[in-house]
Amino acid sequence: MSASRVLFDEPGPIARRRMRIATIVVGVAVAALLAVAVKRFADHGQLDADKWRPYTTWPMWRYLLEGLWATVRAAAVATALSVVGGIVLALGRLSRQRALRWSATVYIEVMRTVPVLLLVYLVLFGLPHYGVDLPLFWKLVLPLSVSASAVFAEIFRAGILSLDRGQREAGLAVGLTDGQTMRLIVLPQAVRRLLPSLVSQSVGLLKDTSLGFIVSYSELLYSGRVLATYNRLLIQTYIIIALVYIVLNASLSKLARTLEARQGFRSVGRRRLRTLVRAKAAADQPL
Amino acid sequence: MDVVLRHLSAFTDGIVTTLELTALSFLGALLIGVVVAAMRVSPVAALRGVGTVYVETFQNTPLLVLLVLFVFGLPEVGVIFPLFTTAVIVIALYEAAYIAEAVRSGINTVSIGQAEAARALGLTFGQSLRLVILPQALRGVVQPIGNIFIALTMNTSLAAAVGVVELTSAANRVNLMEAQPIPVFVGAGIGYMLICATAGIVTGMIERKVAIVR
Repeated sequence: MSASRVLFDEPGPIARRRMRIATIVVGVAVAALLAVAVKRFADHGQLDADKWRPYTTWPMWRYLLEGLWATVRAAAVATALSVVGGIVLALGRLSRQRALRWSATVYIEVMRTVPVLLLVYLVLFGLPHYGVDLPLFWKLVLPLSVSASAVFAEIFRAGILSLDRGQREAGLAVGLTDGQTMRLIVLPQAVRRLLPSLVSQSVGLLKDTSLGFIVSYSELLYSGRVLATYNRLLIQTYIIIALVYIVLNASLSKLARTLEARQGFRSVGRRRLRTLVRAKAAADQPL
Repeated sequence: MDVVLRHLSAFTDGIVTTLELTALSFLGALLIGVVVAAMRVSPVAALRGVGTVYVETFQNTPLLVLLVLFVFGLPEVGVIFPLFTTAVIVIALYEAAYIAEAVRSGINTVSIGQAEAARALGLTFGQSLRLVILPQALRGVVQPIGNIFIALTMNTSLAAAVGVVELTSAANRVNLMEAQPIPVFVGAGIGYMLICATAGIVTGMIERKVAIVR
């Protein structure tokens, strides 16, 4: 935000008047849009109190919250599996053995360009053909993890490569093996540095669990579909579900930003410390 | 693979629909995205607020929820578009949030001296954004926007869930007829990989062409 502030001067009286006018125009435009929307809803009787009243009752919310819980569970398991898969694939891609490196690279490149829905269809309609019929939960979580592993692999690879080379060299120098260096020195630091990206990536997975709609695994969106066919309140149900998703994902994104800001603060703090030390050393030098 | 060849017309129709969906919604997303990015850096606080709300809303809602809301929900209040048009609008609105963030990060990487020079010349906010900042910002974000394009291509498959017959849906139909999932879905997957590989090559070409060597 601060960088974009440079795009305009500290406003003078005329600019302030213009900005006030612009603010009023924007306000009127937004209000007009809202008014049109409300009128549309009202004209079609979608604002009637009894169309929204069901969503003030506990049984409805209990049903939706059960869906939400299923969403969170699927997202958590998929994230955990993708983190593990991602680490394995990233190590494979950075490995010195050509066969490993190639197979990891091919997996990552293929999975990054094939839609998840295609994988879901494959698990849903393909696997039973070969006698593999998974429980609903895994019909959703398996394709999500298979696909997201590739994304996580690229994140981990970037994190491992971003680490100072000296860390690995130091590990090798004190006599650790390659594997020990990776496990004890490189990975813990990389994971810590990557924490914000991992959290913001889990938002993507949480959004993808809405594919339960197709698998008929009763997560939030599918629960909404069931509710809507039962009470015929299509638009109300889907709006409420969208709001639930927004609240949940916005808090996760906020968490990711907070983690990132804290890391930034820490490294800025360290840098400032270093400059201070250097300035002091310079000041101590005899002129 | 002869299942794919036998149903080649279904597959090519699917690919054409996927390409149409991708191209139209990408154009829309690019336009909306640049406008939203401009709003988010503007001096008017209300515009910044609207931009932020837009990005937060569309980045935090699953695309499938938006598709279902627009396709099945909006007819309830008398907003009825053809199915394909609705899918294009929804995907464009959704991806615009991501493009807006990419463009905004591009704006933030344009060096401050450029903005200061533009202001020193007496350009207004709109002029300096349009003539000085955005042309440079957009050159810097070719690669991220290429990645969004690839994500968008994959996301068009969700339109299958609301009944648009694009590549994924076509593959599913062929599989229901032939019950040969592996060749059918692998065929569709290769279709997507071809589109994405082409997009990657084109992105690289554009980037080499417009990149500024600093």
